[in-house]
Amino acid sequence: MSTTTLPAKRRGIDYKKFLANNGALVGLVVLCLALFIATPDFLTAQNLLNIGIQVSTVAVLAFGMTFVIVAGGIDLSVGAVAALSAMSSGWMFASAGLPGWLALLGGLFVGALAGTINGLANAYGKLPSFIATLAMLSVARGLTLVISDGRPISTPAEVSFLGGNLGPVPMPIVILVLSALAASFLLNRTVIGRSMYAVGGNAEAARLSGLPVKRILVTVFALAGLFAALAGLLLAGRLDSAQPQAAAGYELDAIAAVVIGGASLSGGLGKISGTFVGALVLVVIRNGLNLLNVTSFWQQVVIGLVIALAVGVDVLRRKTRSS
Amino acid sequence: MSQQPLVTLQNVGKTFGPVTVIKDVTVSVYAGKVQVLLGENGAGKSTLIKMMAGVYQPDAGHIVVDGQTVTLPTTRAAEELGIATIHQELNLVPTMSIAENVMLGRMPTKRGMVDRSALRNRARAALALIGLDVDVDTLVGDLGIARQQLVEIAKALSINARILILDEPTAALTRHETESLFAVMADLRRRGVGMLFISHHLDEIAEVGDTVTVLRDGEFIAEVPASTPEDDLVKLMVGRSIEDQFPRVTGDMSQASEILTVDRLTAAGSFDDISFTVKAGEVLGIAGLVGAGRTELIRAIAGVDRYTSGTVAVRGRYLPNGSISAAIAAGIGHVPEDRKGQGLVLDASVNDNLGYATLASTAKLGLVDFAGQRSRAGEVAKKLRIRMHTIDQPIGALSGGNQQKAVFGRWIIAASTVLLLDEPTRGVDVGAKVEIYELMNAITAAGGAILMVSSELPEILGMSDRILVMRDGRLAGELTAAEATQDAVMTLAARDVDEKHEQR
Repeated sequence: MSTTTLPAKRRGIDYKKFLANNGALVGLVVLCLALFIATPDFLTAQNLLNIGIQVSTVAVLAFGMTFVIVAGGIDLSVGAVAALSAMSSGWMFASAGLPGWLALLGGLFVGALAGTINGLANAYGKLPSFIATLAMLSVARGLTLVISDGRPISTPAEVSFLGGNLGPVPMPIVILVLSALAASFLLNRTVIGRSMYAVGGNAEAARLSGLPVKRILVTVFALAGLFAALAGLLLAGRLDSAQPQAAAGYELDAIAAVVIGGASLSGGLGKISGTFVGALVLVVIRNGLNLLNVTSFWQQVVIGLVIALAVGVDVLRRKTRSS
Repeated sequence: MSQQPLVTLQNVGKTFGPVTVIKDVTVSVYAGKVQVLLGENGAGKSTLIKMMAGVYQPDAGHIVVDGQTVTLPTTRAAEELGIATIHQELNLVPTMSIAENVMLGRMPTKRGMVDRSALRNRARAALALIGLDVDVDTLVGDLGIARQQLVEIAKALSINARILILDEPTAALTRHETESLFAVMADLRRRGVGMLFISHHLDEIAEVGDTVTVLRDGEFIAEVPASTPEDDLVKLMVGRSIEDQFPRVTGDMSQASEILTVDRLTAAGSFDDISFTVKAGEVLGIAGLVGAGRTELIRAIAGVDRYTSGTVAVRGRYLPNGSISAAIAAGIGHVPEDRKGQGLVLDASVNDNLGYATLASTAKLGLVDFAGQRSRAGEVAKKLRIRMHTIDQPIGALSGGNQQKAVFGRWIIAASTVLLLDEPTRGVDVGAKVEIYELMNAITAAGGAILMVSSELPEILGMSDRILVMRDGRLAGELTAAEATQDAVMTLAARDVDEKHEQR
């Protein structure tokens, strides 16, 4: 502790604060500039649209994850729930013969239901969210395989529309923007959204203030399930089919995006805009490394380092905040 | 005091950025003496002890140990010179045994393995230093807070500490536990250990201290004998005389109606067959030892925990069992005992913290009423004189007294008329205490009713209109303000209490 040099350090602290509060955004800008210089293929309309489409799945999953992490929990099941929702939708259409639009809504319902079960297990069953959603990961993935018998099922046109185009704009990007706006509105403006911050910050204080903590937690996980279902349907729409192994491991990308975006895993902190930037960082890195012909093996190494760096920034932020 | 002090902070000063926290303060600790450090929150006490413990380096002045000027770059350096700190938040691992905690970091080993019998023996020897007779294999987490503190003291002594810094050691202790701590301190004093003692309880100073150093706003104000009358100490500490530590104003209650009615309330294992009423304008105090069931009773009335049988009614309407929201809707506001753990979301702003109880009730179509919330919060913060930079500041950055005022403010915004206060001034300095008492007066003058649990007898005696005494989960008696004395309360509270309740 060299507190004697504190006055001289003042400017350093402000700089640190700026970096800490906007670290992910600064990182993203630097990344884009570097890629722009490194390869002419980066800043092309086609590549940017590609990035937009790729980020849509991760970001929509991560928006749902943001609710959970702000409320102090974690959801490991979102990838599996995405797959189960899409598969259920395909099954309702192909095997049960429901109309396409109903199958689409059915898929969303299955996601919300799986999330609700997570929430009930966490809030009323007293299972830690890590355990409850780890169990759901396995159950949902298993059910996906049971329903599909391990084979892809083709999805209705309504689902394929989600993977198509709206005029010149790919639908995934439209869905991405709409869900970002909805998630942001929910988190910032509504009673349930503001309550999530209180529950994540100090659940006991929130409860003693009269907030319905258990109901809030169930809602939070249900929303995460709903967003996961939407991401799963986006993914299926792009392939015109629901794949049994779709979105495997995506929960880790979603968590990484939320954390890179500045949320705290101990709860009470996090923003949709941050999560969006975090998802972009992940996708742009992958895209850039692909353009630079870096193998996917090395990509994993780089992604890991970026996550470590982002959490380092999180720690730094707490330090500057507490001093 | 002609003998050489063990340690002296000589004309020390400390600044953080532009803020001067300590200015030209001198304080010494002598062998076999208890030096008391007195000052309001923010007076600089903790900065001072951190300099003595090697956490902070003084920017001016120097530190003298045994006549030699020293620097204490780390806490380790301070420990090597025999300076140990017993913090308010204890540094023990609850899941490990007493023996392992006492010997943490210096486990005796034999061929690379922990030598269990040597570990136990050395831990037993350490506990014997302060006459603590407990099985050293007991998990620290299974001990009460008082015994954990004694374990920490034993640990410090076993690494040859000659100077003990005790930072508010009595804050979480019952009267009885405090007395056993003082007995240990008296014993240490006889054995030549020097102690620096911090406490917000003025009545403890004369009992345990030798000399008092008074600080105000980071400056040395006076050094006076510990026998100095409390009123004079308060005057030195706050720089003005506080006319009355307990400014209770009671209105005429002969016409007052009953607001809170508790009838034969029972929660198995916590409290049994409790009946009482609180009238409009009244402060009903609940005294008793820790573990007597007072907090459990308050929580049951507030809807936090469920009870087994009995009823709670506000203005004649029965409240459902275990529903916080119904209690709030009926006008109940609950100020819990653990402000940081149960009262506040420390990372959230003052504005948010003031608004949690009214978040849903003021919303329109599920949307938060931000503008209304800000104006309500601003108004209450001003009325309660909550000292802060901005209302968007994290509430964790405020002093204990201001944090506590914010918890009250939440219920004032909610227009609560029945306040349940659990240790309302714990960890709050004298000036803010009086402000909280005045707030209680204002609430009762406006027709509100207050039920207050407190372990500070002077507070119970000074602020209550009537006093219920609980013992072992039951009502042991009721006293009017006129007939209540410390002795009368303690006789009711402590009769027939055996050790097991004391350990909690």
